[in-house]
Amino acid sequence: MPAMTYRDALRQALDDAMTEDKTIVVIGEEVGRYGGAYGVTKDLIKVHGPERLIDTPISEPAIIGTAVGAAMTGLRPVAELMYIDFLGMTMDQLANQAAKIRYMFGGQIGVPMVLRTQGGTGRSAGAQHSQSLEAWIMHTPGLRLAMPATVADAYHLLRQSLTKPDPVVFIEHKALYTRKEEVDLSDDPLPWGKAAVRRQGDDLVIVTYSRQVIYALEAAEALAKKGIEATVIDLRTLNPLDFETIRTHVERVGKAMVVSEGVMTSGVAAELCARISEECFDFLEQPVIRVAGEDIPISVSQELEAGSVPSARIIAEVAERLMA
Amino acid sequence: MAPRNTASVSSRKTGSKGIEDFAPGAIVEFDRDDELKAYREMLLIRRFEEKAGQLYGMGFIGGFCHLYIGQEAVVVGMQLALKEGDQVITGYRDHGHMLACGMSARGVMAELTGRRGGLSKGKGGSMHMFSKEKHFYGGHGIVGAQVSLGTGLAFANRYRGNDNVSLAYFGDGAANQGQVYESFNMAALWKLPVIYIIENNRYAMGTSVARASAGVDFSKRGSAIGIPGFQVDGMDVRAVKAAGEAAVAHCREGKGPIILEMQTYRYRGHSMSDPAKYRSKDEVQKMRSEHDPIEQVKARLLEKGWASEDELKAIDKDVRDIVADSADFAQADPEPDVSELYTDILL
Repeated sequence: MPAMTYRDALRQALDDAMTEDKTIVVIGEEVGRYGGAYGVTKDLIKVHGPERLIDTPISEPAIIGTAVGAAMTGLRPVAELMYIDFLGMTMDQLANQAAKIRYMFGGQIGVPMVLRTQGGTGRSAGAQHSQSLEAWIMHTPGLRLAMPATVADAYHLLRQSLTKPDPVVFIEHKALYTRKEEVDLSDDPLPWGKAAVRRQGDDLVIVTYSRQVIYALEAAEALAKKGIEATVIDLRTLNPLDFETIRTHVERVGKAMVVSEGVMTSGVAAELCARISEECFDFLEQPVIRVAGEDIPISVSQELEAGSVPSARIIAEVAERLMA
Repeated sequence: MAPRNTASVSSRKTGSKGIEDFAPGAIVEFDRDDELKAYREMLLIRRFEEKAGQLYGMGFIGGFCHLYIGQEAVVVGMQLALKEGDQVITGYRDHGHMLACGMSARGVMAELTGRRGGLSKGKGGSMHMFSKEKHFYGGHGIVGAQVSLGTGLAFANRYRGNDNVSLAYFGDGAANQGQVYESFNMAALWKLPVIYIIENNRYAMGTSVARASAGVDFSKRGSAIGIPGFQVDGMDVRAVKAAGEAAVAHCREGKGPIILEMQTYRYRGHSMSDPAKYRSKDEVQKMRSEHDPIEQVKARLLEKGWASEDELKAIDKDVRDIVADSADFAQADPEPDVSELYTDILL
């Protein structure tokens, strides 16, 4: 099988989707000639032309607003927000327009757009370019939310997002772009909204998504050497949320940990933890544990940056305490 | 307090071919059919809004209700300049736009009362209605947000290669929002077929234009990036149509966006809860008696002998019947079923 990077898989997904569906246009800062700040759209302008890879001024609210308006007519824009940290600039168009249009117009119309963006730590990008803001999206009814951890999912989740009738926020992880895996893109993907069980074990369930899946798998290998076998669930999409897969494994195993790079307080991990506690209480041997980002801004210092989010070592340490 | 451009008389029968030929202050002469159509459409909006005000007072309409009374000539004149497929999007003062687009009075009124027969099944309300068939894209409650959306409609028209234009309506208040200028820049850069219609009714809620805007000529708000603009007497439906035709021609020819500042006036408060203490009764009365858009048309119809008092009364009765029927429907129609709580969110 050929090896491919996460970045190349994303580009391939856009390329293939644009070839099949002429209603897809990519609009954003530096998406055309420059090829994307992280190179995801590199050379697509040569294949699909400047009419479909549209370089914009630095105007995030109007970029997303224009995409929403175009999507209301049935086009399928892929609006790129260079960093998820700029969500504050665009949150009105996303939360008040894109997420509400179907409902407040009584179901007559949808907004079939994809907002592609990237978040997370790992590149010393500092406090305004390293955040994990997926909780803002998950907290807004009317938005889908996909966060691929693997190269194959980078391809398949983006292709699936580009068939959805509703707005999808697609958050890539900036530290994964260069990650390489052997993939066969012709394999049938998991259905949209279905979590992947990346590793199966009988002692502990780790529920996570995006880059923390990679860390959780590393932690699971380390734990296995100490005789602790973990199940690792990659949620893939947070909306829809595949709670049934979580339930099945938590009820089977009886111990659960939730891992998220976003900050701990009122975050995705808090929501998952609450839901597991409420719905699987009778099966739990111990309280569900959150491992999440510290409630602090992200530093440029590599030492401080790494210390502000979960790592394989921290996940393994907490798991050991949980099992003790 | 008359609009700065009182309509000057032009003898040109038809609208201009584009903005090169458009003289600020120009009007198009209306024939009998045009005048009667404009009269009827404007009257429908006014009577509808009066009834909505009553229903609000009686407690049948909750939440927000922003009346369009006084501004009728703007949307009616612009609709006369459009062709099939041209799109309209606006903010929260939207009842008039929907009626002018041909959406049903029953559907709009029942939406105001939040009933299942409303255009949004009772989920949207006064500020949120839509019609694909009539090319009306809402009905939006966040001030200025519709300007980006309207730019997106124009983007889609350009991408599809049709020659439709989109009309993005907003007010003098929204004209100070940041994304309006981002949208202007993108539309000018890409020469998108969008007409930005600034309905300057002189007050953003309770704040007068002079207190909120360092430059009060809104037609020049795109001048730094080359977007042409005109001030238009928005109380004279003929002046609105003339400007509208010039603007539409400009956009259809691929020359990019254009701004029309419609100088108009709302007789009522910002919303039903606004007693409008920030302006004098004399100011309102002067506009009503000297510039009322409906009275202007009525006076011309009578003066030219194109309609008798009785014929105009018959139109008024017809309009009142439509409005009364919509009000009856909006009070009798049931509320949406609770099973609708979780529908129409995500497919």
